[in-house]
Amino acid sequence: MFKRIAFTVNGKAYNFEVDVRESLLDVLRSHLGFTGAKQGCGVGECGACSVLIDGVPYDTCIYLAVWADGKDIKTIEGVAEKNGELSDVQKAFVEEGAVQCGFCTPGLVLTTTALKESGKDYTREELKRELSGHLCRCTGYQSILKAAEKSLEGHVCTCVDSPHYKGK
Amino acid sequence: MAYTVVGKSVTRVDAVAKVTGKAKYTDDFSERDMLVGKILHSPYAHAIVKSIDVSKAKALPGVEAVLTYKDLPEIRYATAMPGVIEAIATDEVDVAELKYGTAGHPFSLDESHRDKEDRYILTQKARFVGDNIAAVVATDALIASKALKLIEVEYEVLEALTSTDAALKEGAPLIHDDCERNILASGGYAIGNLEEALKESDHVIEGEYETSIVQHCHMENQVSHAYVDSDRRIVIMTSTQIPHIVRRIVAQSLGISWGRVRVIKPYVGGGFGNKQDVCIEPLNVAMSLAVGGRPVKLELSREEAMIDTRTRHAFKFKIKTGINNDGKINGIHITAVSNTGAYASHGHSIASSGGGKFRYLYPTKALKYDPITVYTNLPVAGAMRGYGTPQIFFAFESHIEDIAKKLKMDPIEIRKKNLVEVGHVDLLSKNKIMSCSIRECIDKGRELIKWDAKKALYKEQTGDKRRGLGMACFSYASGTYPVALELAGARIVMNQDGSVQLQLGATEIGQGSDTVFAQMVAEVLGIPMYMVHVISTQDTDITPFDTGSYASRQTYVSGMAVEKAALEVKEKVLAFANRMTDIPAHLLDIKDQFVVFKDSGEQVIALEVVAMQSYYDRVNAQPITSDVSNNARINAIPYGVTFAEVEVDIKTGKIKILEIFNVHDSGKIVNPLLAEGQVHGGVSMAIGYALSEQLLFDEKTGKPLNNNLLDYKLPTIMDTPEIGAAFVEKEDPTGPFGVKSLGEPPIVSPAPAIRNAVFDATDVAFNRIPMNPQRVFEKFKETGLI
Repeated sequence: MFKRIAFTVNGKAYNFEVDVRESLLDVLRSHLGFTGAKQGCGVGECGACSVLIDGVPYDTCIYLAVWADGKDIKTIEGVAEKNGELSDVQKAFVEEGAVQCGFCTPGLVLTTTALKESGKDYTREELKRELSGHLCRCTGYQSILKAAEKSLEGHVCTCVDSPHYKGK
Repeated sequence: MAYTVVGKSVTRVDAVAKVTGKAKYTDDFSERDMLVGKILHSPYAHAIVKSIDVSKAKALPGVEAVLTYKDLPEIRYATAMPGVIEAIATDEVDVAELKYGTAGHPFSLDESHRDKEDRYILTQKARFVGDNIAAVVATDALIASKALKLIEVEYEVLEALTSTDAALKEGAPLIHDDCERNILASGGYAIGNLEEALKESDHVIEGEYETSIVQHCHMENQVSHAYVDSDRRIVIMTSTQIPHIVRRIVAQSLGISWGRVRVIKPYVGGGFGNKQDVCIEPLNVAMSLAVGGRPVKLELSREEAMIDTRTRHAFKFKIKTGINNDGKINGIHITAVSNTGAYASHGHSIASSGGGKFRYLYPTKALKYDPITVYTNLPVAGAMRGYGTPQIFFAFESHIEDIAKKLKMDPIEIRKKNLVEVGHVDLLSKNKIMSCSIRECIDKGRELIKWDAKKALYKEQTGDKRRGLGMACFSYASGTYPVALELAGARIVMNQDGSVQLQLGATEIGQGSDTVFAQMVAEVLGIPMYMVHVISTQDTDITPFDTGSYASRQTYVSGMAVEKAALEVKEKVLAFANRMTDIPAHLLDIKDQFVVFKDSGEQVIALEVVAMQSYYDRVNAQPITSDVSNNARINAIPYGVTFAEVEVDIKTGKIKILEIFNVHDSGKIVNPLLAEGQVHGGVSMAIGYALSEQLLFDEKTGKPLNNNLLDYKLPTIMDTPEIGAAFVEKEDPTGPFGVKSLGEPPIVSPAPAIRNAVFDATDVAFNRIPMNPQRVFEKFKETGLI
C-alpha cells in the first residue's frame, strides 16, 4: 500500500508516494540519496541513523516514512552552510579528533546540533545522557564528549562540582 | 629527530568527509536493479540436513534464485548468462573439493603454513546456530525474507557441543570428521628446562584463569554487493580490511582464477579484526552468479552479524610459575584451551600469536606454552583487536598479581624484577628488542594515578564501598614477522603543481592510517598536508599489493613502503632539478615546496616549476612517480601499562572505574591526537571486556541469547569513565620515523589492571571475566564478603 506524503529535507520540499511499510531511513537513503544517515542495527539501538525531525533527534530506522508527513527534516547533508563552511559542531568534531571510522559521526553531530540549538544549559552528566543513544566503538567517547562540550560552549555547566569549574 | 609534520596533531584527512556525510561506505553505493540476497541460517548448533525443499520459495513471485549446498560448486554452471559465466567456468581452477579457509592471512607457498580449509559456501552440516544452509536472491528484502520461510528443511539434530569441555570429552561427536577429539590444532613452544627451573625455585605457584566470548561490534555490519561486469569479471564492493586477500579467497572458494576477481573497498565503518576475514563475499558472488551475474547486495543485520561473522576466542588457562624469594621468576608453564567455535578461521594462530607476543615481556630461563585450539558448536572465533594477547595477558598479569599477594611483594617491584632489557633476542622469533621504555611507562603511570598516596589511603577498608588500585603490563609486536609475510605497497604520482596522489594497499578503517601516511609523505617531500591527496578507496585492479590492515602493521610495515615511495619521489625531484640547474642533487633538499640548498636552506627552484617541467619539457619530460613494494623482514616490540583505580560496591557488585591511565611505548608518535584516539577506543573496548561484555548461549542448544546491541552490554557514553592516554616517546631504530605499533596494544592490559584493582579493594581474586555485577555479587557471597 502506498501513501502520498510531503516533507522538507534540509529546506527542500518533497512530495511523493511511499510504501507504508518503509522506514524513514529507507526513504532517505534509497529513494532520496541521503546516505549520510547510516544503518547500524535497524532496531533503534545504536543511533547511527539519527536525523532531526522538527529539530528533535530520532532513530529513523524505527520511524515510519509516513509519520514524516508534514515534517521538517534535517540530515547530516544539511548541517554545513551552503557554501560548504562547516557548522560549529562539525568544526568541533574535526578539531577534537572525535571522528574515527565515521559511521556514528553523522548521528552524533546531529544530536549535538539539536542540543546546541535548544539554547539550554547542560551539566556533563546531562550531556552524556543526551548522547547516550549513540553507540561508538572507536573513540571510547572521550573526544566525542570534548567535541560536544566545545560545541556547547557557554552552555556547559561550570558550577563547583563540574569538571569545567574554573575556580575563583 | 625534529620533524615538521610527523609528530603533529594534524587534522584527519577524512574528517571533513565524515562530519558532512559525504564519506561513502559500501551500502552508500548502489547498482541499478540491484537484487537482495538473504541467508537461511541453521536453527540448530549441530545438525545434518536430511532433506531440503526449495520449490515453494522458488515459486514466490520476485524470487530470482534459491541456493543450497547442492548448487555449490555447480553454481558455476547453474544458470549461466550466455557467454559470461562460461567464460568464468573455463577459467576454473582444478580443485578436488571447494573447501576454503576464510582467515585474512597472506597466502603461504608453504602448504603446511596455510590456514585450515574447512568451510563450504553453503553447508549440509550445520555446525553452529546461524550456519549457512541456503540462500535466496529476490527483488527486495521483504520478498527475500518471505522466501526464506518457505524453504523446507528436515534436520537430523546432533548433540550440541557448547563448551570446550564438552567437545573434548571422550566419545563426543566430531564437528569436523578429520579432527580427532575436536582438536583443530595444538602445539606451542618450550624454552629451557622447565622442570629444573621449577625445582630450583623457592616457590611454585599455580593459578587458573578464564576469558569469555566477546564480539567486535563495529558500527557498520558486514555488507557487500557483487556482479559480473561487461569484461566478464566478478566485481565485489565490500566493507573489508583486506581487499587483496578477499580477492584471493573468493577465487579459491569458487575455483576460478584470481585475476577474474576485482575487489573495491570504500570507507569502512570499523573492523577491529572482524573484517580481516572473508565472511560474506564468496556467498555474495555465488548469489550473483546464480542470477546470471546481475548485481546482488548482501547485508547482514546486527543480529546476524553478531553470530555469523567472527568473535573473540574464549580461553582457559592454567599457569604454574617458579619464583625465588627475591621475586625473580625462573620458569613459567602455561597451558591454554582456546575455543575457536564451529570453523577454523584464524584458529590456532590466535593462541600462537598470544603466546608469541607474551615472550617479549618477561624473559625467563624456562618457558613452556602448551595451547590447544578446540572446535565447538558456537559461532566462529577469529581475529579481534589484540589477537590472543588480551587473553594471555589477562591470565598472566592476574597471576603475577596473585603471586605478589601471596609472597607479600610489591606488585610493581615483582614486575620490574623480571622485565625484558633492550638487546634481548627472542630465542624463537629471533626478533631483537631494539627499544623498550616499559620501565618509564610504569613510572609515568604510577605518578599519573598517584599510586603511592592512594595505596596508603586505601589500606584496611571495611565499608560497603571499597577502593583499590591495580596495574598490568603488556608487550606486543608491529606486524607478524617472522610468522607471516609483511609485504606492503605504496605508489606516489606527482601532479603538475607539485602536489601528490598517494595510493596505498593498506586500508583506512577508522584508525587513521591514511592521515599518518600523508604526514610521512608531506614530511619527506617538504610539502604541506593539503598537497598530499590520499586515495582512500582500495581497488585491487589499481591499488598496490598490500595484505591489508591487521596486526597493528600499518604505520610500521606499510609506513616503510610509504617512506620508501616518498624518498624515491624526492630523489627524482632532486635529479630533475639537477638537470634544470646543474647543481649536484646531493647538495639539494626540498623544503616548504622549494628545492633548496641542503646546508643553507637557500631556495633554488620552486617544486611546482620542477613538477611542470617533468610533465611538459620537450626534451626531458618524464612525470615523477614511484611505485614501491617493501618486504619488512623485521619487527619492533611496543610496550605499555595500564593503571586503574576502582570503587567496588560490595552490596550490588557494581565496579566503578574512578581513574584509568594507559601509558604506551609505541616509539615515535606520528599524530598525538589520533594516537590518543586509538588508546581511548582500545581502553574502552577493554573496559567492556573486563566488566560487561559477553556473548551468551544456551548451554544445551547453543542458541545465542544476546546477539543484539541492547542485551549485549557494549559500553555507552554513560558507562565510560575518563580515559587517560600517555606516551613515552623513544624512537625505535627499525621503524619509519621511529614508530612502533599502537592500534591494538591499548586493549591488552586494562582488563587485568581492573581485575587487580578489584582484588586490591576487596581481597577477592576474580579469575574470570567479565566481572559483571551478577558474577561479582555471587563471588562476594561465595567468599563471605556478603
